[in-house]
Amino acid sequence: MATDATRAMPRYQTPPLDQRSIYLRRLVVRALEGGGRGHIGSSLSLIEIMRVLYDEVLRFRPTDPAWASRDRCILSKGHGCLAQYVMLADKGFFPVDVLDGFCRYDSILGGHPEAAKVPGVEASTGALGHGLPIGMGRALAIRMKGQDARVFVITGDGEINEGSVWEAALSCSKHHLSNLVLMIDYNKIQSAGATSEILDLEPLVDKWRSFGFATAEVDGHDVEALRRLLYQVPLDHDRPTAIICHTIKGKGIAFTENDAEWHHKSSLKADVIAEMYAALRVG
Amino acid sequence: MRPTCVNKVFDLAERDPRVVYIGSDLSPDLTARMKQEMPGRAFMEGVSEAHVVGMAAGLAMEGFIPFVHTIATFITRRCYEQVAVDLCLHNLPVRLIGNGGGLVYAPLGPTHLAIEDVAIMRALPNMTVVSVCDADEMVRFMDQTLDWPGPIYIRLAKGFDPIVSREELGFEIGKAIPMRVAAGGVDRVLLVSTGVATTRTLAAAELLAENGVESTVLHVHTVKPLDIAAVVHYSHDVRVVVTIEEHTLVGGLGSAVTEALVDGCGSRIPLIRRLGIPDVFAVKYGSQDQLMAMYGLQAPQIAESVWETLKLVSA
Repeated sequence: MATDATRAMPRYQTPPLDQRSIYLRRLVVRALEGGGRGHIGSSLSLIEIMRVLYDEVLRFRPTDPAWASRDRCILSKGHGCLAQYVMLADKGFFPVDVLDGFCRYDSILGGHPEAAKVPGVEASTGALGHGLPIGMGRALAIRMKGQDARVFVITGDGEINEGSVWEAALSCSKHHLSNLVLMIDYNKIQSAGATSEILDLEPLVDKWRSFGFATAEVDGHDVEALRRLLYQVPLDHDRPTAIICHTIKGKGIAFTENDAEWHHKSSLKADVIAEMYAALRVG
Repeated sequence: MRPTCVNKVFDLAERDPRVVYIGSDLSPDLTARMKQEMPGRAFMEGVSEAHVVGMAAGLAMEGFIPFVHTIATFITRRCYEQVAVDLCLHNLPVRLIGNGGGLVYAPLGPTHLAIEDVAIMRALPNMTVVSVCDADEMVRFMDQTLDWPGPIYIRLAKGFDPIVSREELGFEIGKAIPMRVAAGGVDRVLLVSTGVATTRTLAAAELLAENGVESTVLHVHTVKPLDIAAVVHYSHDVRVVVTIEEHTLVGGLGSAVTEALVDGCGSRIPLIRRLGIPDVFAVKYGSQDQLMAMYGLQAPQIAESVWETLKLVSA
């Protein structure tokens, strides 16, 4: 599986995770512990993407989530919500201890994010292939209103099996939505196995280029590389941007990496949680 | 009804900068006026209904009121999850305009016959379902769409349908209109209809009256939220309630009325007869009127069904 899974992975020299990346992953494990379940691999591959976006790229006000000039960040792969929840908690959209209630009866944090419940969540996602059409509509609307906010849409790789993604891609291109940035968490493993075996996406960059997007590829765990790239967006002033983020499913916890078995787990026991924490010791 | 509806969208757009129009792949004539008068607020986005509904959701999240327009089957069946999640879960003011509700596209066959659109739209929380009976009523309805908070599914009929609605009866989303109220008499019946079935039902009521049967015709232009109070009120002291719809008997107006009576009438539920399309795909082509006749939905057939039903309670 590893050979297939990494077939399209450019050779990156990914630096080791720094303390902040480890801290954010420990928050993910904290939520997993609280809920006893969650999309582990799908969230861990997203951490550096979400971290760089929220730490350095997005404009937002945690005390005013509906601030008109904010950038809109739509996590289209809603099952990766733990990566967004920990960033929103870390930024003060809600207290960090809310993470402990993940998936519980009275929690605002479900297994997929809901805009009406979670401050900072722009769209209720979880059904796949919805984020880019919504993001397209929002980017068009923002331009019609004469505002300069940007729309970031983060999809998975299995997610872009959905035809609605490609319908939206045509439309983003038609309208020259340079204020829209698509980021694909290309960890190359979907729920059932390797993307190359389930429904091969390659040549992925060529596809987006041919759909009219300005494209870039990046190591999705290299904070510095993500930072350099995202400071430049939009990559073109007349086209939408698509960034293929090469990532590792389950990144940061050795026994969850590159393994479709860790796409989602329920009934997580205390010993497994302890092993996860142990794998995420700082220093 | 169709040009009336679309022209009304453009009228609303002139009044309110929040209004935008999104079509899929419809006649250029339809949008020519808006493209000319309000460029940048009328879009023809291609045969991509799943995307178009999501796009409309995105526009609505930013404060716009999108009217999305395409053939009824495609705007309901094709993108059902987008309608459910993007529009209804977010409770956004997007209006879906479905061309050819019911049997309008008879010559085009079952792929184009929207026979279950009301049922599947009605099943979604937050969705409002409206099926007016003629172009005049469409005008009165459209004026009220600007301030309606959630999504609306607007079922269009063929066009050039006879005008039977009356301005003096008013119009309010969610309020059924008694188009004809029965005088006294033993054999009183309540006929409940929606869309252009109301036209046939009014004609059937005339036939019934000629034969001594007094009927109230309750026109339910808003199938959801159903005007339960009106349905229950007009069901009191009638011998039978007959529902008439150009729609499958699974989950449409007849189902909604039956549910309301079961929940609202206690042990005094009148005998209910539902007229509509049976649970099958159409096997014939021809015209809307021919298929309506095939399913027993023309006025003389409606009247005949009412007589038969009355016989059941008289026996």
